[in-house]
Amino acid sequence: MRVNFTVNGRPQEADDVWEGESLLYVLRERMGLPGSKNACEQGECGSCTVRLDGVPVCSCLVAAGQVEGRDVVTVEGLADFAKQRAESGCATGACGTTLQDAQQWRAKGTDSQTGEGGELSPIQQAFIDAGAVQCGFCTPGLLVASDELLERNPNPTDADIREALSGNLCRCTGYEKIMDAVRLAAARQSEAV
Amino acid sequence: MPTNGAPTKITQGSQTKGGIGESTLRPDGTLKVTGEFAYSSDMWHEDMLWGQILRSTVAHAEIVSIDTSEALAMPGVYAIMTYDDLPTEVKNYGLEIQDTPVLAHGKVRHHGEPVAIVAADHPETARRAAAKIKVDYRELPVITDEASATAPDAILVHEGRDDHHSGHVPHPNIVHRQPIVRGNADEAAKRADVIVRGEYTFGMQDQAFLGPESGLAVPEEDGGVHLYVATQWLHSDLRQIAPVLGLPEEKVRMTLAGVGGAFGGREDLSMQIHACLLALRTGKPVKIVYNRFESFFGHVHRHPAKLYYEHGATRDGKLTHMKCKIVLDGGAYASASPAVVGNASSLSVGPYVIDDVDIEAVALYTNNPPCGAMRGFGAVQACFAYEAQMDKLAKELGMDPVELRQLNAMEQGTIMPTGQPVDSPAPVAELLRRVKAMPLPPERQWESSEGADVRQLPGGLSNTTHGEGVVRGVGYAVGIKNVGFSEGFDDYSTAKVRMEVVGGEPVATVHTAMAEVGQGGVTVHAQIARTELGVTQVTIHPADTQVGSAGSTSASRQTYVTGGAVKHTCELVREKVLELGRRKFGSYHPAWATAELLLEGGKVVTDGGEVLGDLADVLEGETVEIEAEWRHRPTEAFDLHTGQGNGHVQYSFAAHRAVVEVDTELGLVKVIELACAQDVGKALNPLSVVGQIQGGTTQGLGVAVMEEIIVDPKTAKVRNPSFTDYLIPTILDTPTIPVDVLELADDHAPYGLRGIGEAPTLSSTPAVLAAIRNATGLELSRTPVRPEHLTGTA
Repeated sequence: MRVNFTVNGRPQEADDVWEGESLLYVLRERMGLPGSKNACEQGECGSCTVRLDGVPVCSCLVAAGQVEGRDVVTVEGLADFAKQRAESGCATGACGTTLQDAQQWRAKGTDSQTGEGGELSPIQQAFIDAGAVQCGFCTPGLLVASDELLERNPNPTDADIREALSGNLCRCTGYEKIMDAVRLAAARQSEAV
Repeated sequence: MPTNGAPTKITQGSQTKGGIGESTLRPDGTLKVTGEFAYSSDMWHEDMLWGQILRSTVAHAEIVSIDTSEALAMPGVYAIMTYDDLPTEVKNYGLEIQDTPVLAHGKVRHHGEPVAIVAADHPETARRAAAKIKVDYRELPVITDEASATAPDAILVHEGRDDHHSGHVPHPNIVHRQPIVRGNADEAAKRADVIVRGEYTFGMQDQAFLGPESGLAVPEEDGGVHLYVATQWLHSDLRQIAPVLGLPEEKVRMTLAGVGGAFGGREDLSMQIHACLLALRTGKPVKIVYNRFESFFGHVHRHPAKLYYEHGATRDGKLTHMKCKIVLDGGAYASASPAVVGNASSLSVGPYVIDDVDIEAVALYTNNPPCGAMRGFGAVQACFAYEAQMDKLAKELGMDPVELRQLNAMEQGTIMPTGQPVDSPAPVAELLRRVKAMPLPPERQWESSEGADVRQLPGGLSNTTHGEGVVRGVGYAVGIKNVGFSEGFDDYSTAKVRMEVVGGEPVATVHTAMAEVGQGGVTVHAQIARTELGVTQVTIHPADTQVGSAGSTSASRQTYVTGGAVKHTCELVREKVLELGRRKFGSYHPAWATAELLLEGGKVVTDGGEVLGDLADVLEGETVEIEAEWRHRPTEAFDLHTGQGNGHVQYSFAAHRAVVEVDTELGLVKVIELACAQDVGKALNPLSVVGQIQGGTTQGLGVAVMEEIIVDPKTAKVRNPSFTDYLIPTILDTPTIPVDVLELADDHAPYGLRGIGEAPTLSSTPAVLAAIRNATGLELSRTPVRPEHLTGTA
């Protein structure tokens, strides 16, 4: 079957999709977007988390056909997504993203060789600065989930952070540096206001 | 003797930004946060096929027949291979003992053993084709524990063993046995006022790295193959892969693809040979990616263990003797079992002074899942047991458990049970003191003006208690882990370092075969190069087999050994660069010939700080490149009867204090805080050091309260191969982990550093158990603790 949907602000068309394929498989193997990760493929680890019409979901549990006509944001589009959100007059990020907004932005490409051309979103920078990245396999899902948390709740308590990220497994860090990263991004966000 | 906090003397490099001792950020960080970092499962090639492995559905059986005809007829299927299709006489592989069949030969020995492999144009087609292969099994009785393995009429898991351990083991179903006898434990026991005994059980833990086993094999025009794969040791893989393919090693090129964690689980081969076989058979690139279900069958686990301990002490708390027997279940294939036995026995005493010991450790062959390397490697199981014994003894003596440990703590100069002196700092009592001195988290943290915050209570958002039936407990533990490969292994590493001018700037390139699995070795290599070569720009070349072996990313060894190799090679490069400078510019300034010269901040300077010239000028039109090996001090094998020998390279110590709250009615545990103090010798990258300690601590927490692969004792089948049923700690299960880092230099090690990755995994588990015992008063002789063990309904 053919699936038409928007990924990181760009309209996409996926052909020859088998009915059993997940959104995760289509992103990784058909769209050339392997940033969403395949750690469990059963909705337990959160490494494949993407935004589907703004809502964080495990893309491994979404059938590709379900995204027809809908909007997907992956870790590859996170920086531009955050930038567009900030430019739309919502510096704290606390205003959420309307469907209309989600449909009107478009990720700029980065050079896949050097990574140049793309700026990092505040949460991406915070993960690097806080030492929250080790093997990095959980990182894309945690970034998407953390970004969504800070969009909803710019000043989360520690308990709020833990609750929001409880669907994302990390095996390397013991989560302490991930807590630091989210606190850091929140602090930088509030300083910037 | 080095004093508390004193760094190793550094002259070279102290002025260059981004050198050792700074918390520089990961060079792969940007790619990892943008989703562009290419993990092994992200590899893609035009025209590639997908490989799938058919695994046994039973644990122990003869294979009567395999029928692939229906599967082969499916559209989209390119190849199916079984044992009969293997191209050479080499059909087995293994880390130490080559007992593991590439594909089952007439028999399967554990649930999930590879029987056939399929290549197809879509992963689902490959899966469906594999499901259509008909395998007729004739089931055999299963060997599942010590009693069934060593019974006089026991079926042999491996008939006709002729490996180098087969001659000295008491039974063919015992992989390896290592006794250690020192002093006279029976005689010393007579001096004991108190004797405590315990039988302990350690469950089977999984590494549960998040990046699944995966890789891409690309056939090459010269008849060889290029494999992009996630592993812990490229050259060890190569040594095992090439003979099975019938290719010389130079025709099997290996490049490290991005590794999503390892923790020991990638020391053995998984899909490597299968992908190469299918690629060579079909002439097309073949990608294999396990899903999580398959991953639980596709790598070895931590050995489950039974541990029998006896400790004696005088009334004043001095240990008199220790006797123990440690039985590790190695499962169907040897993997790293012999080395795990060596570790378990040689570290079974823990970080304590006991002169009279009688120790025995064995690993069994059974039909359970194969077990091998996991972070802590034999020392974890022992630590769980001896620390439980310490608490038992303290209770019996009416002593404070920390004081008892401190009273018997080893220190520099202590002789190990193997006869090896501990010849670098061993601050065991100090680590306990530090971890005990940290402020305790406040009581009843869950209380707020709006009632109980259930997120901070046992049971969490399940909302099972608002504080009713909840009791707090505090527990302590300390452990000892060896660093590096032991028992006489030639544990070397190799580094190639190049210096040249790029765009007017001096640049160093570091090329090693070290597997970066997340630990941050690439960060540290760049820091070492900056320190040793005085440049800010360092490029880390991708790891591959075009450079000599780096050894394994395991045993807490890479910063020590490959870090040591990078340091050593940089020193050789520095000498060459200075020679070059003397040749080019020596006539301009007498100091070129007379002073000790350093490379700092892109310049050649004298030890007095005078600048003699720019490195860019020295290197203009030149490239200096050197590849060199580096070795730590040699070790010796343990004597097979007495266990005596200088077997280990270095020791590493950590202590934990756990604070838990237990809902005694439902048997639910919330770990409130898990504080750690660890001696790291020298923190080359303090941020990464703390990250390692917190990560290791959390894996120890996992096996204390939730993580266990459940194997049915009747069928030897794995019952929970998924993240739905095998639980690892989430961010809600993990407490704050305050870390106190001590830096006591080991004069034998590069920069005085100490390998750090594993020690925090040891003491974390027994500290949590001790805290639960403290809260509940229960004995708790097994880990992980499940609710039924706390409610008395087990």
